[in-house]
Amino acid sequence: MGERLLMKGNEVIAEAAIRAGCRHYFGYPITPQTEIAHYMAKKMPKVGGVFLQAESEVSAINMVYGAASTGKRVMTSSSSPGISLKQEGISYASGAQLPAVIVNIMRGGPGLGGIQPSQSDYFQATKGGGHGDYHLIVLAPSSVQELYELTVDAFNLADQYRMVAMILGDGVLGQMMEVVNFRDEEPIVKADKSWAASGHGMKREHNTVTSIHLDPAVLEQWNIALQDKYKTISEKEQRFELYKCDDAEIIIVAYGSVARIAKNVVQVAREEGIKVGLLRPITLWPFPTKAFEQVIDKPNAFLTVEMSSGQMLEDVMLAVKGRKPVHFTGRMGGMIPKVDDIMAKIREIRAD
Amino acid sequence: MAVVFDRPHALVDIPMHYCPGCTHGIAHRLVAEALDELDIEGRTVGVSSVGCSYNNYFYFNCDMIQAAHGRAPAVATGVKRSLPDNIVFTYQGDGDLAAIGTAEIVHAAARGENITVIFINNTIYGMTSGQMAPTTLLNQVTTTTPYGRDAKEHGNPIRVCEMLSTLKGPAYIERASLHDIKNIKKAKEAVKKAFKVQMAGKGFSLVELLSTCPTNWGLDPLESLDRVKNEMMEYYPLGVFAGKDLEV
Amino acid sequence: MFLHEVIIAGFGGQGILSAGRLIAYAGMLDGREVSFLPSYGPEMRGGTANCMVVVSDEPIASPVLNSCTALIVMNNPSLEKFESYLKKDGVLITDSSLVQKKPVRDDIRSFELPATLMATDAGNKAFSNIYLIGKLIKETGIITPESFEKALYGVLSKSKHYLIPQEMEALKAGMDY
Repeated sequence: MGERLLMKGNEVIAEAAIRAGCRHYFGYPITPQTEIAHYMAKKMPKVGGVFLQAESEVSAINMVYGAASTGKRVMTSSSSPGISLKQEGISYASGAQLPAVIVNIMRGGPGLGGIQPSQSDYFQATKGGGHGDYHLIVLAPSSVQELYELTVDAFNLADQYRMVAMILGDGVLGQMMEVVNFRDEEPIVKADKSWAASGHGMKREHNTVTSIHLDPAVLEQWNIALQDKYKTISEKEQRFELYKCDDAEIIIVAYGSVARIAKNVVQVAREEGIKVGLLRPITLWPFPTKAFEQVIDKPNAFLTVEMSSGQMLEDVMLAVKGRKPVHFTGRMGGMIPKVDDIMAKIREIRAD
Repeated sequence: MAVVFDRPHALVDIPMHYCPGCTHGIAHRLVAEALDELDIEGRTVGVSSVGCSYNNYFYFNCDMIQAAHGRAPAVATGVKRSLPDNIVFTYQGDGDLAAIGTAEIVHAAARGENITVIFINNTIYGMTSGQMAPTTLLNQVTTTTPYGRDAKEHGNPIRVCEMLSTLKGPAYIERASLHDIKNIKKAKEAVKKAFKVQMAGKGFSLVELLSTCPTNWGLDPLESLDRVKNEMMEYYPLGVFAGKDLEV
Repeated sequence: MFLHEVIIAGFGGQGILSAGRLIAYAGMLDGREVSFLPSYGPEMRGGTANCMVVVSDEPIASPVLNSCTALIVMNNPSLEKFESYLKKDGVLITDSSLVQKKPVRDDIRSFELPATLMATDAGNKAFSNIYLIGKLIKETGIITPESFEKALYGVLSKSKHYLIPQEMEALKAGMDY
């Protein structure tokens, strides 16, 4: 076993990135993720890497675009309003098939909103966010240990599929401290980067990294190739956790820090004699429809809990396909759902 | 038969899509000649922008990256910070560099980012058909200033070289013109020097090239060259604005 | 089951967050599962601050607490805000040099300690949080004093290590109060 440390979520993301071989980080300050930048500013010079505070989120994502074009592992991080600014660059990187890791430690919106935890960027993260037909691989950690492991995985997945991978966390995950066990060595996937624009040394044809194809027939073929890739990922990369679902009459569906609260609810409910389980998506895109197929027969109902108005709810309904009732409870604006509130909803569902 | 004039190796042998009388082709050639003469094509990464030159990644033989509108200096920063030993240049028009990309160019210059910027100033948006650019001269008629650019209504044209030379970051800034042979030769020396400044690790270099846009100016090619000389050079004087005494 | 859910609340600058972090660190050294969740934002710059700490034998379901087994308060508003979070028989520790209000509940175990006065008298006002942690250890056994000392060495920068003997004296005074 490697080191066992008590660390803050944001710092673990930064450490994980460095361990995954990321040596280029471009960022801009915004609460509640700024500790990532602090950690990178301190550590990158010591490992021969680059930390650069950009003049804006827009510039930061374009610096990521440049570094990713050279084939290097690169990351940026921000929180909701800043991620909105990055959407242009994310669309371009997706169009140019560039691997990069982007962290969104979500806060309440819309607009400048607030700085307390939220999950209201689910649609933005999983349905595209910027213009065009594209997806990101979206990973939703729910503990500091998972922030570490999934950040490393994000770099591997990004390289493997030549696309943007996003770590979607929230203010709770970014700010909390838990014990993290670091591995002695990271499982780094070496991917082909012969497409990179890094200088041809007069030894090959010139490479071009671009997202523009003015001929619609060419652009359609490019899109078809992207969609084929997304299909493969949907089949191969779904991840989820099932917790006490085998005998559950009600299955809560929740991700990230809300899934932690939901675990408390499962315990409290079972102490009351109500059999509740938890289905926790770990990949939000691809959405883990396979998990629903595994558990669909047993429960009387599903209950989606989110720190939003009910965004993942739509994917849950698509996965359940009308076979069981799907309920929702959630909080918005930086408020965190309480165990008692979720229990009240469960009692209400049972009374129906 | 002796070859006295040939296509530079750093230019791909395909026809360009630019309008007759447009000076983009000359500017491309000057960049390509510099890459050839300095023998740096193999380690150069170019960043094309958004505007008429959006697809010059087809024309340059070095590795190329296509950037979002205005973001080329940020993209180039990402490239240079990843490959500090490579040569990195951006090729940007006036709308790209001085309107939507103002923040990116100012901060790349302020950081003294060791990249070379080729800045094409033709006082108009070409690709989207002749709208006002930040460099459009007062009284100039464009599709979005049909009664002429009025300072009160539309603001004044931006002099990029003068503005950036107030910063400490830039090592070398020069404005040249492409309106006649004598000036093209001077422009070539400026472009070459800008790359040499980068090769020497001196920091940010920018060459502004006064250029034509016959199509959107509504002038023929020769009239367009005259306009550069007679109208543009008055507001945009040629010369070195930073690094006058810099030897490379 | 060993499960301690602690909320610490007061003003920014009273060492609220560092107290929580030290308890979590010491809990880890005791071999337990721990989580620490600080409040964040403008309140860190002079307003109210609070944190939630869980120390448990089992994996921790949620670091976000809706109820707690122990509560340390260092100002009046925090008592009002968090008293209702305490579970029945939960431990309330108030810094009586700053908190004039009394708890309204009678189903909790309430302790008062003039931590800020004690720390000021001993010559370092910044240690008031340590007295309160001492009392918490005494009444709940959440962590061992030995691990707390190790946690101080782990958390504090080397230039502050010379203060640790004084801090351990403060901890002991809190435990003995």
